[in-house]
Amino acid sequence: MDLKTTYLGLTLEHPLVASASPLTEKLEGFLRLEDGGAAAIVMHSLFEEQVALEEEMLDHYLHYGHESYAEALTYFPRAHEYRLTPERHLDLLSRAKERVSVPIIASLNGISPGGWVEYARLLEEAGADAIELNLYYIPTDPALSGAEVEEVYLSTIRAVVGAVRVPVAVKVGHAFTAFAHFAKRVEGTGAKALVLFNRFYQPDFDLETLSVVPTLSLSRPYEALLRIHWIALLYGRVGLELALTGGVHTGKEAVKGLLAGAQVVMMTSAILERGPGHFRTVLAELKAFMEEKEYASVAEMRGVMSYQKVAEPAALERANYLKVLGSYRLLP
Amino acid sequence: MKPMRSITVDGNEAVARVAYRLSEVIAIYPITPSSPMAELSDEWAARGEPNLFGLVPKVVEMQSEGGAAGALHGALQEGALATTFTASQGLLLMIPDMYKIAGQALPGVIHVAARALATHALSIFGDHQDLYAVRPTGWGILVSDSVQSAQDLAAIAHVVALQASLPVLHAMDGFRTSHEVQKIQPLSDKELKELFPFPALEAFRKRALTPEAPVIRGTAQNPDHYFQNREAINPYYRRFPQAVKEAMNRFAGVTGRRYAPYEYFGHPEAERVVVVMGSASLAVEEAVEYLLKRGEKVGMVRVRLYRPFHLEDFLAAFPKSVRRVAVLDRGKEPGAVGEPLFQEVAAAFALQGGEVPLLVGGRYGLSSKEFTPAMALGVYEGLKGEKPRHGFTIGIQDDVSHTSLPYPEVDFEDPASVRAVFFALGADGTVSANKNTIKIIGEETPLYAQGYFVYDSKKSGSRTISHLRFGPNPLNKPYLIRRANFVGIHQWGFLERFPMLEVAEEGATVLLNSPYPKEEVWDRLPRPVQEEILRKNLKVYVVNAYELARRVGLPGRINVLMQAAFFKLSGVLSEEEAKARIKKAIEKTYGKRGRSVLEKNFQAVELGFQAVEPLPIPGRPTSEKGLVPPMVGDPPPFVKEVLGPIALGLGDVLPVSAFPVDGTYPTGTARYEKRGIAEFVPTWDPEVCVQCGKCVLVCPHAVVRAKVVPEEALSGAPEGFPHRKAMWKELAGEFVLAISPDDCTGCSLCVEVCPAKDKRNPSRKALNLAPRLEVREAMNRHWDFFLSLPETPRAGLKLHAVKDVQLLEPLFEFPGACAGCGETPYLRLLSQLFGDRLIVANATGCSSIYGGNLPTTPWSKNKEGRGPAWANSLFEDNAEFGLGMRLALDKKAEHAKKLLPEFREVLGEDLLARLLAEVGPEGVTERRRDVVLLRERLSGLDDPKARDLLAVADALIPHSVWIVGGDGWAYDIGYGGLDHVLASGANVKVLVLDTEVYSNTGGQASKATGLGAVAKFAMAGKPTPKKDLAFMAMSYGHVYVAQIAMGANDAHTLRAFLEAEAHRGPALLIAYSHCIAHGIDMAKGMDHQKLAERSGYWPLFRYIPGEGLKLDSKPPTLPLRDYLYAENRYRLLLQTHPEEAEAFLEAAEEAVRARWERLERLAGHTAIPAS
Repeated sequence: MDLKTTYLGLTLEHPLVASASPLTEKLEGFLRLEDGGAAAIVMHSLFEEQVALEEEMLDHYLHYGHESYAEALTYFPRAHEYRLTPERHLDLLSRAKERVSVPIIASLNGISPGGWVEYARLLEEAGADAIELNLYYIPTDPALSGAEVEEVYLSTIRAVVGAVRVPVAVKVGHAFTAFAHFAKRVEGTGAKALVLFNRFYQPDFDLETLSVVPTLSLSRPYEALLRIHWIALLYGRVGLELALTGGVHTGKEAVKGLLAGAQVVMMTSAILERGPGHFRTVLAELKAFMEEKEYASVAEMRGVMSYQKVAEPAALERANYLKVLGSYRLLP
Repeated sequence: MKPMRSITVDGNEAVARVAYRLSEVIAIYPITPSSPMAELSDEWAARGEPNLFGLVPKVVEMQSEGGAAGALHGALQEGALATTFTASQGLLLMIPDMYKIAGQALPGVIHVAARALATHALSIFGDHQDLYAVRPTGWGILVSDSVQSAQDLAAIAHVVALQASLPVLHAMDGFRTSHEVQKIQPLSDKELKELFPFPALEAFRKRALTPEAPVIRGTAQNPDHYFQNREAINPYYRRFPQAVKEAMNRFAGVTGRRYAPYEYFGHPEAERVVVVMGSASLAVEEAVEYLLKRGEKVGMVRVRLYRPFHLEDFLAAFPKSVRRVAVLDRGKEPGAVGEPLFQEVAAAFALQGGEVPLLVGGRYGLSSKEFTPAMALGVYEGLKGEKPRHGFTIGIQDDVSHTSLPYPEVDFEDPASVRAVFFALGADGTVSANKNTIKIIGEETPLYAQGYFVYDSKKSGSRTISHLRFGPNPLNKPYLIRRANFVGIHQWGFLERFPMLEVAEEGATVLLNSPYPKEEVWDRLPRPVQEEILRKNLKVYVVNAYELARRVGLPGRINVLMQAAFFKLSGVLSEEEAKARIKKAIEKTYGKRGRSVLEKNFQAVELGFQAVEPLPIPGRPTSEKGLVPPMVGDPPPFVKEVLGPIALGLGDVLPVSAFPVDGTYPTGTARYEKRGIAEFVPTWDPEVCVQCGKCVLVCPHAVVRAKVVPEEALSGAPEGFPHRKAMWKELAGEFVLAISPDDCTGCSLCVEVCPAKDKRNPSRKALNLAPRLEVREAMNRHWDFFLSLPETPRAGLKLHAVKDVQLLEPLFEFPGACAGCGETPYLRLLSQLFGDRLIVANATGCSSIYGGNLPTTPWSKNKEGRGPAWANSLFEDNAEFGLGMRLALDKKAEHAKKLLPEFREVLGEDLLARLLAEVGPEGVTERRRDVVLLRERLSGLDDPKARDLLAVADALIPHSVWIVGGDGWAYDIGYGGLDHVLASGANVKVLVLDTEVYSNTGGQASKATGLGAVAKFAMAGKPTPKKDLAFMAMSYGHVYVAQIAMGANDAHTLRAFLEAEAHRGPALLIAYSHCIAHGIDMAKGMDHQKLAERSGYWPLFRYIPGEGLKLDSKPPTLPLRDYLYAENRYRLLLQTHPEEAEAFLEAAEEAVRARWERLERLAGHTAIPAS
């Protein structure tokens, strides 16, 4: 049985990849993920906005109340140098590269055109095998059209692709008017893969204090369906590798993802819940399925349930919606 | 014409650069104004900078200056090159060890930023009282007069100590030299190596204690031999001056800069000569130059070597022609025939014999009082008279003892220089920008540069004044600029309060940061300002720096903008060059802090150059607005006439007679100084308010107040006075809440803690911020009316309920603490609960500064004239000080009770019995009534015993002594005393305002600092956990101990205060006090307290003797990381030492866990019952 998979030009032992998670905030996390059986690791994102915030906060607090009162002209010692997030992030990445043999994909979330390019280059220099652009952005401005938002995304991708030599993947949310069309345009930027889909923080309301509280719950398996659906729709129709992320908890979702056409299947929530060793469990389930269905390789099963190959492609289109509603009506 | 390479540094840095390189062990402790020398040493050591011998010196913080001196002594015994830095009381604490070190001929060095001593009052400013106090210790004393000489004499001090095998104290003038920024020639390592006496080091090493060749040192001796042994060291002192001369000569050979122990400057046949030491000698030198040009035969002797005082060399410095000598002392020795330097000089001339010149001595410059060349002229003039006055003062008006000499108004400024004075709001960045400007001009141009900075004693809304001089000629001017050709006014609000243009000379340039458009500026200026602009023909330029700073994303930080505007207007450099240099300086300062900050500052430079524009001046005054008086609200004459000028910065004009002899001042004066410093203030919406009292409880400045009053009391209320029916079961009437907009600092803690949200618009609460200028008029009317309303009767209020406590009148109001201070809410609460019978012993530190720094102070009185009586002794002795008060009160009560029965008939049995009975806090009202009766009944008696009884009768009232201080006091310098006082069992209450650092001196680590926190002296993270003071106190069993955090649980805080007060014995409250030195948003201070508790870092508990420990916090639910990394003090380590930070975090988690388990175990057991 051949589990080997290629993704972003990298050869992976199997198609199960660790998606960005807090586990990679420490070197130890990388080691645990590799031990647990991840075929590649996506490092947690370098958030340019957070970088800027950290710089501003540091500057603010080093100045706060200074040169005001004769006995306390400052309140903090002057450090010779500060190792802020980018440096620590890059340092961790290069240390991880020295210790881990599976590929490491660096993830980047920028806010400025300059920031995207600069940090992508730095991540590449630090040893990233590929870069995943995390286009995590909520277009709240009513004056901003969908076309404009897409253009911002595309120009960012083009800029980064032009700036680095390593392959670039693009991770997005699903809220697009015409996602297939957008995916096609991403293909034109030179990016190699599309990662479906980002999960956003969901602001919640605290009813006691009438305030907004951010929440991020771990994914549930049902969330994989949306992703599997879109992978099935896009597979073979855009020149991009497709990666499934969000809702993969068991071999079942992994299998479905691959059948839909995913190049790789990524996991975070399940790993956070069950530990890195869960990769082996899911892999065993995948193998069991392949054995049962007598798939000789991952390549052989990939995309067999995609829009292009499935027996009833219409089921992946609007009809699917009708059928679900119908099935509810039949419930006792 | 200029030195090859120069640096611009202040005196502290100049000295520290030398001391660090020439030391192996550096024992440190913070004290103003010497702290920066210690801080720099710690920073350099943390980054691994080697000393001259290729090793990183061991920099160790001690628990007090006494401790530092002990460590110094020990290091010297073991043959290490050792030094320390200190000032004032710190130096006094070193005296015992100083005698030992000198007696054992050990070559230690102390660098002192000479500072006034605490007598009638504390002062952080410069004079020579501290170094005079150590003159008998046997240390050599070298005194420098400028930043350059401070560096140079620092090196000479280290060299001489080794050469002469005696310790040396090197002093520079506190603030005037320690904090003056000057362009100097640095000493390179190569030069230091050439100077360093390596053979002497070898000899010193051989004297180190070692078991390989053991000796003993520090024996005890008897009458038959101590004396002779004491005299044995005399040859060392005899050869010392020679060692100084040799070192100075060698120094001149190496560097080209020449010094002598005693330096003469003046006419070769001078008749009148002034002897002076320190920075003032530069002012005297200018006066001599002035007089020489006018043909007068005058001269000056500058004393650099004060100890050992070398008679021959000193006398040899004088021209033979000298007839009259005035000795200037920057110190005071009451009761002596003259001040210390005078005594020395007089003795020198007397011992010389022959014809002795006429000698007089006088005092000048105490506590950094200005000393100018014009004042020196006054001294020379005074020497001319028939009978020159001895014991004179110069620079003040002494209308009591009539000691003061007059002096003329003469301008000594160099017309070729740029003299710029900047008035700015503290912390707006102006001072650092000005320091940068000096560096730019000093290091990048051939011009000389000098900067000196005057700071406020308020910690919020304070004013800074920068004095900058640039010019082609040397700028050895140790005094403030009195005639400026550039005046920067960076804070519009100051225009109404301070006469800032007084310093502007005719035709000067004025740069004004205006929040208003150019067209409106003229009409908005107060009339006196307009008149001065017209009279002096000033050229005024405006820029709206606040708006521009907001635009570039640096709100409130106007420094770079104003700096750019200064360069544009001053023309010191071309525009292009100035821009490039400023940007380079910014890159140096901010480059390490990331790209985004850098870019914003670059933008600010461009905007500063673009946006400044000339103000059209119409040629006549148009404004009707006058200046706001410094004291408002019908102040008593003393407040108006004495404290008022001090508040305006005009305290120099007050005569001696204005002041109380013993330093006793009225309380409750802060209420007259309406500083109006907040941009936004809270406003109250009674409809949304739930009357919970949390805002009143957390207000650090007591500007939010509440009462419940009868409805009819509101009949005369001003329009719009907000009120609402009181939501109390037990209280009928109207609930009123008022806020004093002009006392508020705008910290917004109250808004943050307000739990009441408007259900129709949750963005609004019961308290909402509004621009002060828009709401102040109505709010001030409301505030005044609120104050006129009757206090809510105390009887019937539940003191354990926050809701009720808000109604108690605070007797601590409007302290000049930092906006949002975490300490003051506890003090305000203390004053509300027990204020009318409270005596406070206050350790030196933040709380003694915002609590007792003139002009106005916060501890106040109620309508009956009662309130906290407050005193500060020192930093190190506060627990003992408070205990002494308690003992005296008890003894006076005992005395009264002994006398009372003798007046049985006059008093009657009932009253006598009541007065003799023991009462606690609960009986205070009745006891007061009885003491009034006692006074009435004894008042007419012509009986010495009755008068004796009346003199101590107040002690029958159960007054409460609270000992208050910070963690620097309680955990470190005062711990021994605190421990002893707690152990004594005396009925004193101790409130530790625990900010976990020495806040007042700028955030140095104490033993209260948490593991892994970054603080000064703990640059690489505090390596050990916080000391468990509570546990130590609990170990006695009889001490009530509570750990509290108002922001975590206010009801718990209240309860602990009440239980502590009720406990008949010592009580210790350890109060979490968030602090500006934590690197947090102070508006969220209470949230941080909550995080500290929820994470288990700061569990709340009470140990009640006889009952045991009550653990009042629930088990921690928040990861420690979430608390720690919410604060810059911990985050900083992550940004400087990431790997160590992780290790510290794990250790801290373990420490929190261990402590929690220990508390849980203890809480599960009953304590040993109190006997």
